[in-house]
Amino acid sequence: MSLYHYASPATFYPLAGRLVPWFAALAVVFAAVGLYLSFFVAPTDFQQGEGYRIIFIHVPAAWMSMFIYIVMAFWSAIGLAWNTRLSFVMARALAPTGAMFTFLALWTGALWGKPMWGAWWVWDARLTSELILLFLYVGYMALQAAIDDPRRADRAGALLNLVGVINVPIIYFSVKWWNTLHQGASVSLTRAPSMAQVMLWGMLVMALAAWMYTIAVALARARTLILERERQTEWARAVLKEQA
Amino acid sequence: MIWESWDAFWAMGGYALYVWGSFGATLACIVGEVWRVRRQRRQVISRLRRLQRFDSQ
Repeated sequence: MSLYHYASPATFYPLAGRLVPWFAALAVVFAAVGLYLSFFVAPTDFQQGEGYRIIFIHVPAAWMSMFIYIVMAFWSAIGLAWNTRLSFVMARALAPTGAMFTFLALWTGALWGKPMWGAWWVWDARLTSELILLFLYVGYMALQAAIDDPRRADRAGALLNLVGVINVPIIYFSVKWWNTLHQGASVSLTRAPSMAQVMLWGMLVMALAAWMYTIAVALARARTLILERERQTEWARAVLKEQA
Repeated sequence: MIWESWDAFWAMGGYALYVWGSFGATLACIVGEVWRVRRQRRQVISRLRRLQRFDSQ
């Protein structure tokens, strides 16, 4: 039994099917705890009143938008290096969820910016680089949809992801490198958190919920993609027969 | 309990539009995505089953 065993679509398909409900259940539990912390435990902010509670969705969404792109680039690199079909499938299964979190980071940012900065949008380095991330996700999905041959689509998309991943550190460090209206990092590994512990916990639990959700949705999407690609194989035919 | 009433909770200290606009959009996106993933799966399976029947004829 090795990693190669799990990398085979025939093994991965039923395994992913068993894992999806567990990750979905964990997502619901973490979201319930996270929302409770966000709305009923975290105190009112002395400067921003109740408006700051957007942070509990904004920061996890922004983290996810960047993490998912890094994971996509990772699977793309593995796929290009070892030509493993499952890696390309994983990259493709993650893209729509990554795009969704990028959109939500921008949307919640606009709803936070309006009452606090007086503007829905500013062309600041952080906001602009996050918008570019959204275009990278959408571009990748459009590229996948435009190329009929899955092998060519996989390789072209992987290349785009490896180039596009350069944007992630630019987003992350934009608040340091440029003079931005957007505030600095909310959480840093090198210094003590600049916010109340309970706010930090709320954000972390919401981020965990987002991770569990992403894994569940990406695995479910990967299963459909695998079935489509493997339809000629013996095991896929057997699976399709059972789906009466 | 940090809220004096449910009304105060929904009012979010005057930031209701912004706070609920953020959490509501997130909920809508998640519901929409789960629905799309399920629909996609059903469509792919029914198409592949049709192809399979066509092949075996």
